Amino acid sequence: MTISIDPQKTNNESLQPKGWLRYFSFSLDHKVIGIQYLVCGFLFYLIGGTLASAIRIELASPMSDFMPRDVYNQVLTLHGTIMIFLWIVPVVNGAFGNYLIPFYVGARDMAFPRLNAVAFWLIPPSGLMLVASYFVEGAAQAGWTAYPPLSITTPQSGQIIWILSVLLLGGSSIFGGINFIATIIKLRRPGLKLMQLPMYCWAMLGTSLLVVLSTPVLAGTLILLSFDIIANTGFFNPVLGGNVVVYQHLFWFYSHPAVYIMVLPAFGLVSEILPVHARKPLFGYTTMVFSIMGIVVLGLVVWAHHMFTSGTPPWMRLFFTIATAFIAVPTGIKFFNWVATLWGGKISINSAMLFSCGFIINFVFGGITGVALAQVPFDIHVHDTYFVVAHFHYIVYGGTVFIIFSSIYHWFPKVTGKMLNEKFGILHFIITFIGFNLCFAPQHWLGLNGMPRRVAEYDPQFQFVNQISSLGALLMAISTIPFLINVFLSVRNGKDAGDNPWNALTPEWLTSSPPPVENWEGEAPLVEEPYGYGKEISEQR
Amino acid sequence: MTTLDSSKEIQKNNSEVNEKHEDFRMFGLITFLIADGMTFAGFFAAYLTYKAVNPLPDGAIYELELPIPTLNTILLLVSSATFHKAGKALLKDKNSDSQKWLFFTAFLGIIFLICQLFEYFHLPFGLTDNLFASTFYALTGFHGLHVTLGTLMILIIAWQSRINGGRLTSQNMFPLEAVELYWHFVDGIWVILFIILYLL
Repeated sequence: MTISIDPQKTNNESLQPKGWLRYFSFSLDHKVIGIQYLVCGFLFYLIGGTLASAIRIELASPMSDFMPRDVYNQVLTLHGTIMIFLWIVPVVNGAFGNYLIPFYVGARDMAFPRLNAVAFWLIPPSGLMLVASYFVEGAAQAGWTAYPPLSITTPQSGQIIWILSVLLLGGSSIFGGINFIATIIKLRRPGLKLMQLPMYCWAMLGTSLLVVLSTPVLAGTLILLSFDIIANTGFFNPVLGGNVVVYQHLFWFYSHPAVYIMVLPAFGLVSEILPVHARKPLFGYTTMVFSIMGIVVLGLVVWAHHMFTSGTPPWMRLFFTIATAFIAVPTGIKFFNWVATLWGGKISINSAMLFSCGFIINFVFGGITGVALAQVPFDIHVHDTYFVVAHFHYIVYGGTVFIIFSSIYHWFPKVTGKMLNEKFGILHFIITFIGFNLCFAPQHWLGLNGMPRRVAEYDPQFQFVNQISSLGALLMAISTIPFLINVFLSVRNGKDAGDNPWNALTPEWLTSSPPPVENWEGEAPLVEEPYGYGKEISEQR
Repeated sequence: MTTLDSSKEIQKNNSEVNEKHEDFRMFGLITFLIADGMTFAGFFAAYLTYKAVNPLPDGAIYELELPIPTLNTILLLVSSATFHKAGKALLKDKNSDSQKWLFFTAFLGIIFLICQLFEYFHLPFGLTDNLFASTFYALTGFHGLHVTLGTLMILIIAWQSRINGGRLTSQNMFPLEAVELYWHFVDGIWVILFIILYLL
């Protein structure tokens, strides 16, 4: 391992803008942009979480007594859209990608810093627009899928604002994707080979390919949908000779890969966190790389498994069932690799590790129900029931959001130079893990027994299980409190972290905490073995 | 030091760093064009699906005349060649020749748009008449938007290639190369569109 890093304080420190104001500026520094993404995303997470609590309060009783039915539809639409497009996608791609990728490729910034800042600054206005659409008469209420004819027949102003907002967010996502591909392929430090990159780079490369290939299709689809709403064309309107299933095909051509856009970066992040806290090399690097690329390729050809009840012809059902089942293979390889990484390691039980292990448990559960849902007979039985809601939340909350928290615990010392408090962290994990499983595990049962999703009222026989679920949601809401207290206390009075509190080997830990403006004093270090734990300690001594 | 100043400082440093490695702006543009091409691919897929599974109502008019679109195809193909000429001229430092070819290319683009509008006004169907009409206008309109943007960009680089004080020189070919790639892309899309929409 060759490291040429100067421990001296950086010379161009005077260049760094001082204070918190730089986070409100059109900064071109990838680290500032990463934090902007994270904090902005977290604020929207709080809004989306409040909406989720409102949904669970409503569902604690069988009648729609907490809010009227149309308001319920608006709330669930805003909840889904905010959580997907303003929290998970920007944070797990934009925030961690912008912060970490330039370090990992040994660069001083992203390939296109200005485009990067533009991509971020598209998010706050479109997010505010989306939230504001609630106060317009008739906010969007067709769900985050905006299926026609529902989205054409519901009040128009909110739906159009929704489309505009999602188009802008999609544009932001495409700009980010182009930037990541160029950075990873073209901006690598001389001497750094592709197969020496940390796993998160591969995950982001795969994700960005999906973003670039599939997001434009969603944009085109939404433009056609807005024509249907504004100009009275009939692309998706059966009354005018249109075809609603075409919308579903085009929509899911984006939105199934979108699941991988939300989950692949989390796979990358957990591959960074586990080896550090288990003090072992990442098991099966090459198979990890090939499974990511396998997921990217397969992820583009499985979209119709969301449409088995849309009059899909038998050959299509057969093809998409088989293709979906195949995705379990690369995903399974990754899970066995993570477990093998932990196996026999010197595991430290800290918040980052706990959240990562929580991710493995939750995601395996969500993955198994995913394979079940790909089977046509089973899917037809549980389509549009709470089983799907439970499956989806096990993937995106139990999977990705757990990893977002794990990553915050892992990289907080690098970003701020202060450690987070472990006691608060473990408390946060315990409440989140219990609350999450209490909230979503019973929903499998609800779905199997036929409780439909996206409906404010339900059969009274489901009340008790729904109340358990709502109790879990309450715990999830409470779990945010120790996290926020922890962050605010630690930023002010946290223990000093030093440059490398975890004794990690990936490049971002080889510079000071917080890192200087252009990442490195002198030349970027060449890290040939980012996971060389076990070996390097004997060499260093 | 204010935030803006330091951003500029960072940017200056970045450009110094960037000089050390190869130019990847073209790489970024190609990635963007792939994304843009996927939008068209989505439209084409929708159109072909409609054609296959959605019968038009009785009496719907969907006949298209071929002469104007054929002329348009020729116009765009010729404009690709003239754009190439402009690049060759600039490479030999013949800025005024290059500028002439660029203006000629932009002129061809404008003729294309005029022909397109002429066709729109003489078609026997409107945007909302039937599914075919809607898809036809959406596809050609979205492509026309690309031609409009391309023509504007050609006019901008033609202005930039002026001899005294212009930004576009044989040392800095990137603006021309980028717009040229975009223009060829738009031409290629038109050829596919022409085959799918008019000939098929």
